[in-house]
Formats: sequence, structure tokens, C-alpha cells
Amino acid sequence: MRKMLLATAALAVVSASAAFAGEIKLGIELGFTGPIESLTPNMAAGAELAIAEVSKSGALLNGSTVKGVRADSTCIDSGAATAAAERLITSEKVSGIVGGDCSGVTGAMLQNVARPNGMVMISPSATSPALSTAKDDGLFFRTAPSDARQGEVIADILKEQGYKSVAITYTNNDYGKGLADSIKANFIKRGGKVTIDAAHEDGKGDYSAEVGALAAAGGDALVVAGYVDQGGSGIVRAALDTGAFDKFHFPDGMVSDKLVEKFGKEIDGSFGDNPGTDSPGAALFQKMAKAKGFDGTSPFSAESYDAAALIMLAMQAAGSSDPAKYKSKVMQVANAPGTKIMPGELAKALKILKDGGDIDYVGASAVELIGPGESAGNYREVTFKNGKMVVVKYR
Amino acid sequence: MVDILNALVVLANFVLVPALAYGSQLALGALGITLIYGILRFSNFAHGDTMAFGTMIVILATWWMQKAGVSIAPLPTALLALPIGIAVTAIVVLLTDRAVYRFYRKVKAAPIIFVMASLGVMFIMNGLVRFIIGPKEQTFADGARFIITARDFKHMTGLHEGMAIKLSQGITLITAVIVVAALFWFLNRTRTGKSMRAFSDNEDLALLSGINPERVVLIIWIIVAALATIAGTLYGLDKSYKPFTYFQLLLPMFAAAIVGGLGNPLGAIAGGFVISFSEVSVTYAFKRVVTYLVPDSWAPDGLVQLLSTDYKFAVSFSILILVLLFRPTGIFKGQSL
Repeated sequence: MRKMLLATAALAVVSASAAFAGEIKLGIELGFTGPIESLTPNMAAGAELAIAEVSKSGALLNGSTVKGVRADSTCIDSGAATAAAERLITSEKVSGIVGGDCSGVTGAMLQNVARPNGMVMISPSATSPALSTAKDDGLFFRTAPSDARQGEVIADILKEQGYKSVAITYTNNDYGKGLADSIKANFIKRGGKVTIDAAHEDGKGDYSAEVGALAAAGGDALVVAGYVDQGGSGIVRAALDTGAFDKFHFPDGMVSDKLVEKFGKEIDGSFGDNPGTDSPGAALFQKMAKAKGFDGTSPFSAESYDAAALIMLAMQAAGSSDPAKYKSKVMQVANAPGTKIMPGELAKALKILKDGGDIDYVGASAVELIGPGESAGNYREVTFKNGKMVVVKYR
Repeated sequence: MVDILNALVVLANFVLVPALAYGSQLALGALGITLIYGILRFSNFAHGDTMAFGTMIVILATWWMQKAGVSIAPLPTALLALPIGIAVTAIVVLLTDRAVYRFYRKVKAAPIIFVMASLGVMFIMNGLVRFIIGPKEQTFADGARFIITARDFKHMTGLHEGMAIKLSQGITLITAVIVVAALFWFLNRTRTGKSMRAFSDNEDLALLSGINPERVVLIIWIIVAALATIAGTLYGLDKSYKPFTYFQLLLPMFAAAIVGGLGNPLGAIAGGFVISFSEVSVTYAFKRVVTYLVPDSWAPDGLVQLLSTDYKFAVSFSILILVLLFRPTGIFKGQSL
């Protein structure tokens, strides 16, 4: 028995030191086509920024380089997302995946590919509350908060605006339904009234019928839990055209420059929110993003940087790029105690970990992983004035 | 009294005005289908994608004009680009006729073979449009958006409810009236139109009396291209342009043509409005309208909605099936299927 233990220990040492310099691949699976295609380029750029930073430092696992491999999750087609994740693992041989983006495809990737293959996935943007309780074998994390939290934030904002009743429309999928339920429950808890919560299908040419039903139910404002490149904008267009609603609340993916470009002054006085912080980390990240030529304020871009950074830091802490080994380290590097790590300090973090120290990764989105490995949640509240998007505050 | 007016305004805003505009767009589309059926005797499945193609050309021309600074504000530039769209589409459908349908006419193929051939043409058109302009939504509407906005209407009338009429809805209606009037004048008053109707009624007799069939076919394709381009452009201006939604329009357009009686132009127009009004009113939530009309204590809690808006296409399907079961020739006498 003792001999066997010794042998195992020796083997472990050998395999640990076998983590010699090489090329580690990280999958970046986001919806480069589909309903949030206008957001994903900035998200991927965020992840690739972290990858480039680590690669250049040469400090990861005895000087390994890291390469990002992009794959298309399509955001809505679970079959396509699963196939793309399969490809990342079997033919690209990635050691971790930043993704998926939308909740439905992320759940499918987790259950059909990540769990059977023992692959670590960190999603920067899947926010469905259902993912908190999904079986994940300790492989799934997210730098985005669950919508259970966003529901509270939105209910607070609506209440502060003095709205007594609101109508909710959501994109007909896991994400939309989860968020709508959460907003509804929280707004009612705060004494508000939800006149209707109706789903809308994406990809239609005309949403006047859907808006007709929403208008019939009435309400002081309309919450549009949808996608800006899809039905969400169609709903807003029809609501404005028929004069059914002129005040809106836009969660998550609706908050984008596209929205301002499409509706300009017509949505003045409306509000929106998306995950984000005013932490020093966010400002640092935005500066780094600008130097690289992409928009670091774009939704989920900071979260993507953090997702990629966490995977690589966990690898360093475990001394291995094997998902089975580093998966248990993700929570450890993300949370206190330890030296606080800002974006741009990944090389320093890698060195501390190598020397056996502990870090508390703060990163671009003030990461704090709670419960089943998801972000505690910081939100940016925005409003629209004179056809421009203005940040109100952070919650 | 004020309540009744309010109820009427709500109804007009959400049902009457949108259904009238949508109905006109469907009617123009269904006219194209019915003409092909009447003269060439087959159901043209490629019609939706012909619309998408025509509209695409109009959009490209509109963009070019916008860049060149051409404008007829407050009217949308797309109206100016229409002739270009019609011309290019006419050339393309004539080419498909040359390449595909003429062969089947020569061998006197059965109608079902024509239908399958048109399905093939549909897929090619489908791909062509996506290849040139992409599958995404395109915006090309410019000029004024509204004839009257909901807010102005409230202000003007002092009513509690507003009614918005979009410029695109007004243009749709006027254009549809002009196009239909021109078409009927052509069919009933001109020599060519009469020869076409003769050809449609009895091909053999028409041939005997010296009507050139290839000329009839040529003209019908040009008319169909014009109708498809106009219908598609109006739909795109009023709603949005996306190739896939044009493909989806095929169902309500066929339903309209069949309900009215295939091969009967007047029926296609009536069918278009039957379909649009049923689609819109069956899926509309009448809560607000009812609340105005009944005493307060009777006001409904529910939405008073027969079917969720998700079932919009089911309405066209149901009407289609009912008509085929009980009156296969349609409301106006058309050919039975």
C-alpha cells in the first residue's frame, strides 16, 4: 500500500512537471452570427486581450504560449453550438472554453459537450437563473451575474422612476423567460403591478400585433427583455409608431449603440441596465481596449476578459492546463484572500501564483464568484438624454 | 359618446389602419400569384422570393440615390428607385422563364411539374438574394415617418387615445389603388389585356384566333415582376426588409389568392383583405376597446384575445383549409385546385 502511494505521488510529480512549455489553446465560443452579433466582436476582443497579455508575459506554466480559437455559438441554435464546442475539444484540443454567450446554448454546450469531456467553461454573458442550479461537475463558471439579481436591480430602477405598473415582453427563450420571471417577481414584491408578460419571437418582419396586445394590457412603461439585433428593436419600433408606449426599460443586450443609432431621441427618458462596474479595473480595461482598437464599454466585453483571465490563472495555480486539475482552482484565484489583481497585471498574478502565493482576481468587472461559481453582480444603470446614452450610476 | 370615439380610435390604431396597409400589400402580392395561375396555369412558389429580389434591387438603387443626394423628401427615395427595381426584376424573371419554364411549356408538362420547377427557382432566388444583400435586416426608408403621430392626434382631437398613421401606410394604400386601377384598365380596356384574358379563358380558342402565346407570356411576366417589386417595396417601407420574412409572406399571399378564387384578379384583392383583417383581428387583444364600450363594472380583466399573436400564421392556414374544404373555387369564382 505504501509503495503504491509512493508510486502515485511520484507519478503525480512527473505529470506535474510534465507541464512543460508548449502552446495552450483556449476556445472562444460566442454568437458571432445571430441575435447578439453586434456585441460579440467586442467580447471576443476582450478575451483575446487577456490571452495576448498572458502569452506575451511567458510566465504561464514554464513559458507556455496561449492561443485563442474562435467558434460560433449562434446564440440560439443549440445544435450548432454543441457541434462547434465538439470541434473545439476534439479537433482543436482546447484546454478551456470562454463561452457560451446566450443562456440556452450555454446550457446545451455544458450538458452535451463540457460535462462528457470534462471541459471547463466560463461564460461571460449567460445570465439565466436556471444555470445556477444546473448540474455542472464543477466545470461551469460565469463572470456574468444570474438574472435573479438583475431582476432586483431592474425592479429597484422601475420603482425609483415612480412607475406603478409595467408591461414586460421577452424574447422567447431560456434567457428571456428567466429574466422576465425575475423582474416580475421582484417588481410585485416592491408593490408594483405587472400588467402582462408576453413573449415575442425573434426574426419577424412586423411586431405591431405583439405591441397591440401589450398596449391593450397597458402600463406606465414597457420592459423589453430582448435582443437589439432582433425582435427587441422591432417591438420598440412598433410601440413608438403606434404611440402605445414611450418609456422603456432595456436590460442587458438591448443596451448598445445600435439602440441609440436606431431610435435616437425617440427613447429619451427611458432607462437601461447591463452588467458593469465603475471599479478602477473597468477604467483600466477600457483604456487597454481603446489601445487595442475596440470598445471596452460594450456589454460583456469586460466579463469576457475576466473569463479568459480566470481560466489561465487557475491553470497556473494548479500547475497544469488539464481541466480536471485546474477546475477546482477557479474559485480560489477569483476570490479573497490574496493580492488584488487588476486588468493588465496578469503577468504579476502569474508570478505570485508560481511562487506559491495567493491572488484575489478583481479584473475588469470586479469579479467575485459566489455560490455555484457565478458573479455576484454589478450593474450599470443608463438613461437616454437628447438621443445619447448617459451612465446614471452603478449598483 | 366620447367613449365610443375612443374605442373607435383604439380599434383604428391597432386593427383597421395596420390591416388596411397589410391587406393592400398582400393583395398586390396575391395579384401576381393569381395572374400567373390564370395565364400560365401553375402556382408560382417563387413569388415571395421574386418580391425579395425586386425589393433588394430597389434598396440598392435607393442607397445609390441617397449617396448621390437625390431625394424627394418627405416621400421616401425608394419610390424613385421603383422603376429601376421593376426593370431589373422583369429581366430576371424573363430569364428564368427562358431558362426554366419555356421548356416545360414546350413539352406541355403537367402543372405539378411547373410547381416543382418554381420551387427550384425559389431556392435559387433565395440564395441569390442572400448572396447579394445578405440575410440580415436592411433599412432603406427615409423621408417623413408619419402623416400624423399618436401624440399629435391626441392633441388635435382631445381624445384620450391616439391614432398614428405612418406615411408608409398612406403610400401603400394610394399606390395599391393606382396599381390595381391601372391593371384592371389594362386587362379590360386594351387589346393586349383582352387577348390575355382570352388566353386565360380558353387557350386553344385564343391560339386559333391568332393570339401569339409567347407575347402573352412575356407581358404577364413583366406585369408580375412589377407587382412583386411594388408589393415588396411597400412591405419593406412599412415594416422591414429581411429576405426570410418575404419567403414567409408566401403563405398569406397564397391564402389570399385561393380564398379570393385562383385566377381571379378581383378575388385576389378581396382575399388579401380577408386574410389581413382576420390575421390582425383574431390575434388582437380587445381589452381596451371593450373597456371603453361597456360600463365600468363589466370591464374585462383578461386581454380579450382570441389567439396569441404567435399563431398569426395559423390563421392564414385555417382560412386556407376552410376555403379549400367548403368552397374550393374561392369567394369569387376562380379555378378550383
